[in-house]
Amino acid sequence: MAFLFFRRLVQIALILLGVAAITFLLLYALPADPARMIAGRSATAQTVANIRRELGLDQPFLVQFWTYLTNLLQGNLGRSYAQKTDVATLIVARLPATLTLMLAGIVVEVMLGLLLGTIAAVRRGGIVDRLVMMASFVGVSAPQFVVALLLLYVFAATLGWFPMSGYGTFAHVVLPALTLGVLGAGWYARMVRSAMIDVLNQDYVRTARAKGLSARRIIFRHALPNAILPIIAMIGIDIGQFMGGVVVVEAVYGWPGIGQLAWQAIQQVDIPIIMGVTLTSALAIVLGNLLADLIAPVIDPRIRTR
Amino acid sequence: MTGPVAISPPILSVRDLNVDARTPEGRKPVLQNVSFDLAGGETLCIAGESGSGKSVTSLSIMGLLPKASLKIASGSILLGDRDLTKFSDRAMRSVRGGEIAMIFQEPMTSLNPVISIGTQLTEAIREHQGRENAEAVALQMLDAVHITEPARRMKQFPHELSGGMRQRVMIAMALSCRPKVLIADEPTTALDVTVQAQTLKLMRELKSEFDTSIILITHDMGVVAEMADRVVIMQNGRIVEQGDAVEIFARPKESYTQQLLAAVPRLGAHAGTSGPPRITPVSNETAAADRSPILNVRGLNVSYGSTAGKLFKGKPPVSAVKNVSFDIAPGETLGLVGESGSGKSTTGKAVLGLIPFTGHVMIDGQKIGSLSQREMQPVRRSAQMIFQDPYASLDPRMAVGRAIAEPMVIHGIADRSEREDRVAELLRRVGLTPDAATRYPHEFSGGQRQRICIARALALHPKLIVADESVAALDVSVRARVLDLLLELQETMRLSYLFISHDMAVVEKMSHKVAVMRDGSIVESGTRREIFENPQHNYTRALMAAVPIPDPQVHRRLA
Repeated sequence: MAFLFFRRLVQIALILLGVAAITFLLLYALPADPARMIAGRSATAQTVANIRRELGLDQPFLVQFWTYLTNLLQGNLGRSYAQKTDVATLIVARLPATLTLMLAGIVVEVMLGLLLGTIAAVRRGGIVDRLVMMASFVGVSAPQFVVALLLLYVFAATLGWFPMSGYGTFAHVVLPALTLGVLGAGWYARMVRSAMIDVLNQDYVRTARAKGLSARRIIFRHALPNAILPIIAMIGIDIGQFMGGVVVVEAVYGWPGIGQLAWQAIQQVDIPIIMGVTLTSALAIVLGNLLADLIAPVIDPRIRTR
Repeated sequence: MTGPVAISPPILSVRDLNVDARTPEGRKPVLQNVSFDLAGGETLCIAGESGSGKSVTSLSIMGLLPKASLKIASGSILLGDRDLTKFSDRAMRSVRGGEIAMIFQEPMTSLNPVISIGTQLTEAIREHQGRENAEAVALQMLDAVHITEPARRMKQFPHELSGGMRQRVMIAMALSCRPKVLIADEPTTALDVTVQAQTLKLMRELKSEFDTSIILITHDMGVVAEMADRVVIMQNGRIVEQGDAVEIFARPKESYTQQLLAAVPRLGAHAGTSGPPRITPVSNETAAADRSPILNVRGLNVSYGSTAGKLFKGKPPVSAVKNVSFDIAPGETLGLVGESGSGKSTTGKAVLGLIPFTGHVMIDGQKIGSLSQREMQPVRRSAQMIFQDPYASLDPRMAVGRAIAEPMVIHGIADRSEREDRVAELLRRVGLTPDAATRYPHEFSGGQRQRICIARALALHPKLIVADESVAALDVSVRARVLDLLLELQETMRLSYLFISHDMAVVEKMSHKVAVMRDGSIVESGTRREIFENPQHNYTRALMAAVPIPDPQVHRRLA
């Protein structure tokens, strides 16, 4: 177990290194010149050249990458060009907001998906099943900014139940989390439904029925844990999808997280911040997968290693 | 052994039961006027082939018919004086698992993989008997079904138990609420013979200990003879004949019962002969002896999970086949018998070069193993395989004719019209009509599909056929006809068979020579007469003793 865990950590380090290399290369190949952006439009060529030298942008690619890597290994993510602040500090300051949003979004998507999927599977072929499937289809196909605007219009502007934007209280989290979770909930509802239908036809569910157990116990104790297994692996992979959604949702709701930070940085060609946010997201994804792999054996005794 | 009990009202009485299936074409009867009684302390066997309605009968009694497709149309199921067909779902729940309990065929999948044995046992007890001493009752039950270290087993999960142990747990679970009736649907079909013998013995023991009546559903007349007080024979949803077990076996009245009993292979039925029974009249047995073997195997080893050459070394490899050697002469059959996990199927795959192995394997004078894919191609022509499950081994979207012609296409034999002629001839050869070529596998029965698989194997004129449990999935009467076909093909085409089976009676019928495998090694081998009439190894003897004998009077004498 300890050995497997160690192997996973080595894999994670290699993945992050790969992500760093690819992102760095892409940003280097970008036609926009950060030095010119910083200097402003009226600056002379001499000023631009000075800034470039100052930032080390005149060095060959491999030298630049090496410098970045060695700094990275010392925990130094560099300084923002535009904000003249340490990138790590900027990200750490905004991380709690984003983590709150993501966690709430995952809770929404998993809970909603499990609930709707299970109901649909149990009532297979009925009206409830059809309604759930239709709703999940809409959820899967609706673009996130449309969902966001719709929710804002109904629950904030018209009904006034929740604030339009901002951060700080529970009420602030509700609409962003719903926006983020609705898409995934649609996917999960469909996956849970088909997994449940499969499980409900298994021999061990027949055994449970032959024992005279109640429908509730059969569904929640016997069927659901089996149906949930493939879903857990999905959640790990899903965090990547989530990062994309976070940028949109944070922009629409004025949520002060790293999605917003990334959005500004892209407009300003603030390469250290873009790199920092990308690496943070990559870390979140690999950790999410690791977590999923650690949770799976808790539910499934067959993959527990002794 | 308990004889018929004195006249007392039946525990369970099924009266004129009719069950319909809902199909797109309307309602179709699945059960018609099924009536029988189960007396207290009695074992009633419901026997029949697939599609006879025996499982539907048991599911009806349990109230477990799939609602969407099957429905009780009329009739009654009386438990004492209460009619179960009139029970609500809720009322039925207290009957299920409480008064009537059931065990199923597949112990491997009948227990929930993510719930501990203990929880699965105690939840039934809690449901029907209250929660105070569920743990204690569960431990007692595990002890009653002879499971060692019950306290430790309670914490284990199904995958940590063998098939036989899982079926014991199922039995413990079913009997834990002291039901009046235990329905056992093919309880030993998926188990090895020796485990089957132990499980049947256990059921007989527990029947008197727990004062339960048993309805045993099975296709195996040997099991029927061993267990039944009374027998119900079913066919196509109707009861053909019912009565006292001894009576039915000794003097079957209906022709279907007679056929069914006649088709049962009996161990020892071929004693005194050295080869399988001849199907065709011509005899040309002289040349066989001096020919070099078609298959020559020396020191065959197969291991799984080898991590050689990998960066991180994992577990040590598991040895599945150890130092196995045998020969098969032209026109001869070697029967390879053993229980699950003995390595017999692995041996079959290895000799065809389908899995990596070490050792010496020679097919028709060609040493395989060192050959590349391309060099293997012509060797494969002379050796083909027939698998166990005729449902899974044919592509459902490929017409039968194409499936049979495919090996010829792969090996570039014959042009299109010649292939069509060959397919028609092959279909005739295996007892089907040539128009089968344009139809699809789902239009055929299991026995017909196995004939198609045989035709496909014959397409390349092989000299050797590896038949891995090729008749295990077939009903007895169908099985007997497929075996006869294999014998006939052997006689006319001088085929050699490596006949892999767990069924001793079938191996006795088919083989010239027999090898008994256990834990990856051959423990005993010899001619059929040597093995079956004078077995030397204890394991061979145990295997033969465990085979149920399809004659109730034999058991009555022994008991």
